[in-house]
Amino acid sequence: MHAILASMLSGLLPPALIAGGGGGPVDDGPVAAALKYAANWLTEPTRYSVGSILALAGVLYFRRFFSKVWVVTVFFALSTGFFVFAFQDPNFNAIITKPDNVPIIILFVTVIFFSWLSLRRAVINDERTKRGEPTLEGELAKQKVFTWPDLVYSEFICLVLFTVGLVVWSILITAPIEEPAATARTPNPSKAPWYFLGLQELLVYFDPWLAGVVLPSFIVVGLCAIPYLDTNPRGNGYYTFEERPFAISFFWVGFLLFWVSFVILGTFLRGPNWSFFGPFEYWDLHKLEPMVNVDLSTWVWVDLLGKPRPDNPFVREAPGIVFLLGYFLVLPPLIGKTVMRKMVEQMGMIRFNVFMHLFLWFVLIPIKMGLRWTVNLKYFIGMPEYFFNV
Amino acid sequence: MQKLFKYVRESQIWKSVFRHGYPNTPRNRTLAVLSNVFLHLHPVKVRRSGIRLSYTWCMGGLTFFLFLILTLTGLLLMFYYRPTADRAYEDIFALREHVPIGVMREMHRWGAHLMVISVWLHMYRVFLTGSYKPPREFNWNVGVILLVLTLLLSFTGYLLPWDQLAVWAITVGTNMARATPLLGHEGPLAAALSFGGIDFIHAGDDVRFGLLAGRFVGEGALLRFYVLHCVGFPLVAATLMAVHFWRVRKDGGISGPL
Repeated sequence: MHAILASMLSGLLPPALIAGGGGGPVDDGPVAAALKYAANWLTEPTRYSVGSILALAGVLYFRRFFSKVWVVTVFFALSTGFFVFAFQDPNFNAIITKPDNVPIIILFVTVIFFSWLSLRRAVINDERTKRGEPTLEGELAKQKVFTWPDLVYSEFICLVLFTVGLVVWSILITAPIEEPAATARTPNPSKAPWYFLGLQELLVYFDPWLAGVVLPSFIVVGLCAIPYLDTNPRGNGYYTFEERPFAISFFWVGFLLFWVSFVILGTFLRGPNWSFFGPFEYWDLHKLEPMVNVDLSTWVWVDLLGKPRPDNPFVREAPGIVFLLGYFLVLPPLIGKTVMRKMVEQMGMIRFNVFMHLFLWFVLIPIKMGLRWTVNLKYFIGMPEYFFNV
Repeated sequence: MQKLFKYVRESQIWKSVFRHGYPNTPRNRTLAVLSNVFLHLHPVKVRRSGIRLSYTWCMGGLTFFLFLILTLTGLLLMFYYRPTADRAYEDIFALREHVPIGVMREMHRWGAHLMVISVWLHMYRVFLTGSYKPPREFNWNVGVILLVLTLLLSFTGYLLPWDQLAVWAITVGTNMARATPLLGHEGPLAAALSFGGIDFIHAGDDVRFGLLAGRFVGEGALLRFYVLHCVGFPLVAATLMAVHFWRVRKDGGISGPL
């Protein structure tokens, strides 16, 4: 019955959406080839990360423009157009139509849509506040309605529509099952569950004890600490940007760039050996990536001082140790005394220090990424003797 | 027809279940919510802003609903599944081959993916509307723990089909634990727990061993993950959900401008 239904419905969809196609070499016209080349070029991690930070800053700065309805409509129309075009490509098709990747597409669409929606309402609310009017939510909050029927009915409708969607999806796309577990055969690439791919991406830049244990712990601790660190009483219960610009920007960078977009990057653009592959690139097992990364200690002792590296690991790694101690111990009071003096007054010493340490750990990620891309830095401190590499 | 409805509504059976009239008057609408154990999670009246989809995105409710769907479909799947290394894969495979209209596994899998997304979006909305600010700091923290539990639920469930995807994803995920400072045998400071030449932290007793009940993802890990997935984490999550919803009410209802 299930099989019959699925085969009936599969006639409505491109066959690959059910089966999952296979990649291979492609023969394209010049325009398509140029477009695909541009997409591959743009999504390369360096350009992608720098580009998306600039894009995010641009969206927040020109939020009045980007919150318009037609802008997001055009954006989604263009994305759909690109998707339809890209769908013809066997390499893109192979990765996008894996049944387990459907949720990533849903993630992509919903996150962008809701980010836009929140921005739009923030812009409207900020304008209303400037004119001295109550916010959209403030106006509605004055009225109270009965839970039955107003809330119960809309909940019920949401629930029914959602269930229908989920059942249709379940009928259309069968949950995949791969070959039986074999601990002797390692698949390439081996990927963690998709929601941890942001952390797996960090493994390119940090050792497992940081990327897999310390940084995730700091994310959870940091999230828990948010309500106690944010002492700004404004913006409680309504969308706004201008009343809490730092909080919103910081969360956008953290959630959108370093979490959601890394999940998407890890799913679609990381192939065998965790090498990077553009969306239209064939997942070649033998793609070579040069490994020429050097430790900070090599750079200081060998390149700068012209000496062999000392044997004692603590002497050898002194430059990195000094750098990181300075970063974590000297920087917070320095910033607190100068640039963020007002912030210390508002928050108090304890809050400020907790915040700064979490913040500095967060900022260390882009710093390390940047240094890796520009000067091929491997570790600030590299002590394999003690499994202590930063 | 009218007569029939009237007859049913005035019968003793109906009246024994619903102890109020049709909810079209303020009094009966109040009673409809108050006298129903499920509906009384809600207050009798809510702010109009709190029921707008453009404000709440309905993501918290959807997450809860997904939890219910996953509980139901998971319960049905448990009838067909034995968590042992030589049965698990076969059972999942048989589920696909032999069960008519078998959408339970699909609903469980796609629903689980969606729950991760909806719980992220719920947190995103709560942050953007500043709804973690006083007096809701504690409830935000309960929410963070629920978010972690959702990921753990999904992670433990990931292993159960016992195919290549499952085993290697869990291997990659739990390899991290090897590097836990102090407690993982490849982590910083593990060597500090070595006394008189005897390592106290090694591959046979570190954090990863504790997670997997073994040195690699095997039979022990499967049973451990199964029990946590089906009993342990759902119980904790359900308890914390009760706290979460209770505190939404106690902290002033669905957030809105003060």
